[in-house]
Amino acid sequence: MPVLEISNVSKHFGAIHALNDVSFSLEPGEVIGLMGDNGAGKSTLVKIIAGNFRPTHGSLKMDGRELVMHKPVEARQHGIEIVHQHLALCDNLTAAANVFLGRELRKGVGPFRVLDYGAMYKRAGELFKELKSETRPRDLVKQMSGGQRQAVAIARTRLSDAKIVLMDEPTAAISVRQVAEVLNLIRHLRDQGIAVVLISHRMPDVFTVCDRVVVLRRGRKVADRPIALSSPEEVTGLITGAIEQVA
Amino acid sequence: MATTIDDHIGQRQHSLLSWLTSRQTFWVLIAVILACAFLSFATDSFATSNNLFNVTRNFTFVAVIALGMTIVIITGGIDLSVGSVLCLCSMVLAVTMHAGYSIEVGIAASLGTALIIGAVNGVLIAYVGMPPFVVTLGMLSIARSLAMVASNNTVVYQFGPDHDKLLALGGGHFFFGIANPVIYMVVLTLITAFVLRWTRFGRHVYAIGGNENAAVLTGVPVKQIKVAVYMISSLSAGIAGVIETGWLGAVTTNLGTGMELQVIAATVIGGANLAGGVGTAFGAIVGAALIEIIRNSLGLLGINAFWQGAFIGSFIIVAVLFDRIKNLRQPS
Repeated sequence: MPVLEISNVSKHFGAIHALNDVSFSLEPGEVIGLMGDNGAGKSTLVKIIAGNFRPTHGSLKMDGRELVMHKPVEARQHGIEIVHQHLALCDNLTAAANVFLGRELRKGVGPFRVLDYGAMYKRAGELFKELKSETRPRDLVKQMSGGQRQAVAIARTRLSDAKIVLMDEPTAAISVRQVAEVLNLIRHLRDQGIAVVLISHRMPDVFTVCDRVVVLRRGRKVADRPIALSSPEEVTGLITGAIEQVA
Repeated sequence: MATTIDDHIGQRQHSLLSWLTSRQTFWVLIAVILACAFLSFATDSFATSNNLFNVTRNFTFVAVIALGMTIVIITGGIDLSVGSVLCLCSMVLAVTMHAGYSIEVGIAASLGTALIIGAVNGVLIAYVGMPPFVVTLGMLSIARSLAMVASNNTVVYQFGPDHDKLLALGGGHFFFGIANPVIYMVVLTLITAFVLRWTRFGRHVYAIGGNENAAVLTGVPVKQIKVAVYMISSLSAGIAGVIETGWLGAVTTNLGTGMELQVIAATVIGGANLAGGVGTAFGAIVGAALIEIIRNSLGLLGINAFWQGAFIGSFIIVAVLFDRIKNLRQPS
């Protein structure tokens, strides 16, 4: 059974049709590349899955059950985690503080509860180790490399039992070596049975790590193909409109 | 595994000294200590219990408000209304007590006023999305005007049946000859430091200042926290107002004029960054202390009081310059 099923979703902002009748499904442990030019509707689709927007038409199903969300926190409660484009990190805080931002661990009783620094450092350390990243929980994010910052943002998604991880342009602003690190992190998530949606402009990343590619153009889905059956040339054609549509 | 633990320990030992020296608060504290040592030798009048009593008490009013201001500044905001809020709260207290109500009612009315003003500031900033500078600048004008309305612009110096209680509260000393305001300041500093370091609220305050967008995306209740922060700032001004009323024994409508600038100066000297994300409760106190010691020492050394502004202004600039140099040394 697909972990997430998007059926005939449309999103209209007044007269602007940002998304039109888009459907696709996502299996556990599957990595999907979501591609499209600027304004193709990628962000809108991501925001619908992330609980920021509600679709104008159509529906979302998770594990076969109807999914209606009103705000981003609900997406998280349903096991949908997002790695935002600009990572949503606070430079002035430590790696551990960023991982636990908004879900800080506390100890104590009743209203007298204080932050549990020890537990947060420990858990963050375990997550970084699990992700095979050389990130230290006590270091300030300000001092970190692009790859380490990615690891912090991805470690967040491992705090709860996420079923789906959305990654918005995770390789847009980092070095070649760090890109390899991030792709490894994605494989790592996949191996744990997590479905990953990778939004990217970078053809090589999508073709290295994804199982399937979905292409949007002007708010419509124009392709949904196994990577093995596609090619970068075909996808480029689909993005630009040189190729109208493939089955 | 053993190596990583060793790494951590090694790193922490190594960094204790560098951590200290990288703190602006540390250097300001050194400056305060040096100034005190110098003044003790250079003048006969500094290290007298009388003068120390005065110095410690004088800076508490600025220091108490600086605690609230520090929290606001950590979120990347600013509160220009504190001087006027102090005046309004003093006036509400004075007028209520003058009308024959007890000190408890007076203080409740006064601090209640502070919380309402803070809530108005906070809602306009967080929910309506107006810039803090403009909102609190408007409130600076409104609060002082309300203080004039409340008192008909007169001086209030009779506080009804609980007159003596109020004067003892602000002007007396319950413990070991330490001025009461100093005790309140110490307690409030400890509370503020605890909240900033050990509570989820404190963590979120730093997160909002570091990257507000990130805080929103990770589910931090940014708007509620912002309202709370401006209420705390106003409350700190209200508390300072109550104490100052008790100490002065009279309230005029020009009480606290220009105080917001002294308070901001204290927080900035104490290491808070107006861009947000950085600041400590202890820093605010040390900053306020340094300003008062400069002021006091110029008097004792017989330097014309007109020079005060120049000295304090230079310290603000030097303190921020320090921060700048430190950042140049560790390029990001």
